[in-house]
Amino acid sequence: MSLAGDVSAGTPRIHLSKDMQQLLYRLLAAGLLCVALSVATDAFFTANNILNVLRQASLLFFLASGLTLVILTGGLDLSVGANIGLSACLAATVIKATGSPALGTLTGLASGCAIGICNGLMVAKLRIPSFIATYGMLWVLHGVTYYYMAGETIHGFPPGFRHIGSGYFLGIPIPVYLMIGFLIAGTVFAQRTVWGQQIYAIGANPMAARLSGIPVDRRLILVYAFSGAMAGVASIVFLARLNSAEGDIGEAMTLPAIAAVLIGGASLFGGVGSVFGTFVGALILTLVLNGMNLLAVNASWQPLVTGVIVIFAVWLDMVGRKRS
Amino acid sequence: MSDHALSPSAPARPRIPAVPGVAVALVGLSVLFAVASPGFLTAGNLSNILVQSVILLLLALPMTLIIMTEGLDLSMGAVLTLASLVLALIVVATQSLMLGLAGALGVGLAFGLANGWLVASLGIPPFVATLGTLGAAQGLALIVSDGQSVVGIPRFVRLVYSGEVAGIPNPILIGAGFYALFHVLLYHTRFGTYVCALGGNREALTLAGVKWKRLLISVYMLGGAMAGVAALLMTARMNAGHPTAAIGMEFDAIAAVALGGTSFEKGNGWIFGTLMGVLTVGVLRNGLNLMAVPSSVQVACIGVLVIFALFLDGMRSKKS
Repeated sequence: MSLAGDVSAGTPRIHLSKDMQQLLYRLLAAGLLCVALSVATDAFFTANNILNVLRQASLLFFLASGLTLVILTGGLDLSVGANIGLSACLAATVIKATGSPALGTLTGLASGCAIGICNGLMVAKLRIPSFIATYGMLWVLHGVTYYYMAGETIHGFPPGFRHIGSGYFLGIPIPVYLMIGFLIAGTVFAQRTVWGQQIYAIGANPMAARLSGIPVDRRLILVYAFSGAMAGVASIVFLARLNSAEGDIGEAMTLPAIAAVLIGGASLFGGVGSVFGTFVGALILTLVLNGMNLLAVNASWQPLVTGVIVIFAVWLDMVGRKRS
Repeated sequence: MSDHALSPSAPARPRIPAVPGVAVALVGLSVLFAVASPGFLTAGNLSNILVQSVILLLLALPMTLIIMTEGLDLSMGAVLTLASLVLALIVVATQSLMLGLAGALGVGLAFGLANGWLVASLGIPPFVATLGTLGAAQGLALIVSDGQSVVGIPRFVRLVYSGEVAGIPNPILIGAGFYALFHVLLYHTRFGTYVCALGGNREALTLAGVKWKRLLISVYMLGGAMAGVAALLMTARMNAGHPTAAIGMEFDAIAAVALGGTSFEKGNGWIFGTLMGVLTVGVLRNGLNLMAVPSSVQVACIGVLVIFALFLDGMRSKKS
């Protein structure tokens, strides 16, 4: 009997889940962008430029992967860019003072994580809507960083530390390895662990999640802490790449990070999205910005294009939801 | 429990706590600064606070309405910046204040329309829709100005800010006029009642046959238009158009509204609270300035105040 059932279920055509379909469309879009850019400019399809795109995408991905978990719970973290600023400046100070890149890295990660925990506490315990709590945090961090730096720049780090941002291993930039590592770790965490699945459940239906015994508050604090820690990672790689720290170092990165998550198919209403999708989203956005660069479009157009892309991505999600 | 849902006039008058927190904050900060710095409690400085608060008031008034609809407008500072640049460019080119103001209002209304359309017609969450238009406005501001300040503003534009009528500075008259306008609009017109219902009870509006999407779009357009008006004062005050002039100003406006007790849920708004919130932000910035506290720390202080105000708001709504 079970044999008969198997035979009748074995339809000949390939069946893909809706999420997989969406992901394939996005990969297709990224592929088309690559082809279009290769045709439009000679500079695009060179080993140098491809590695450059990957390195730029990796910075965006660090920030966006943490943000993905927050958006999966139906929240938003607007403070990630300002978090990079403060964490990078603190890390730079520690490296300068102690001469130890390890201590500096630890400081950056700890500061990012601590800021994330504050966000999580505000959202989970004080019940302040996440977008406004993290928006307030953005300006608190902004103020503290500018006060702390007082317009100064900290620059000149040991070569070993700079290697994290600008070094190569087997011809491929170090940040790209980090990106692949976080991509695998993030995907396994979100798809294959109980905590990851609980995060999806919270976003899909917070009330049901609470009633089914998921410790919602603790998971919320966890995702904001994770988002903060990833901002810490981004700050370290950024710092190592730029070889200098300024107060406004991550300011322009919040909008692109949100854009990457949304292009990657995550829904602002929670419960839908994946770390791999965000990886593809970060690639697409970087390709667009890199292409504009190669086509000699003024850099002033970048915020405008990113803004339009954010709105377009949310709109696509809205249309998709209405149809289903 | 359900009585206010039945009586039509009730939603227009939100419940106000016996002693609003914002009044305590305003008086407390004023006393603190009066003690801490001798320059604070002088007629000149107090009038200075009022004049300097007007631009913020012009943004906070429509922001109150937008937040009452359970919305948010993060693009206001960037739109103000763009409108100010457009106004400066037009005035310098044509020497006509009216054309310049029309340009600024046009920019504001266009962005308001875009925000409203994205939020009302497409159903995009307001904080993301307006974050997107923030990027767009910021980019356009850099593009039209090429990253440079626009200078050479004629004297008659400066007079809008520095002039006075019967001994009262122009900005105070403009601020008072718009405050009165918004008070009447919110509490004494059908539009105001509908705005309250947009946040509290959208279902009821639909059932009553009100075209609420159009209404919501007009609320955002009102916000854009006020950013255009504020752009005139800003340009006149700075005597230039600058591509990063008002970046982050929407935060001060949101802070003033949140301090003033307008709730991010359920459409409870309070115009007088917003006025006190604006003055609180103004007093805080002025007092900290007198004590030579850098602007960056002022922003951080406002951030902490806002989070605290929201925390109190959450406590209050949990109790009721």
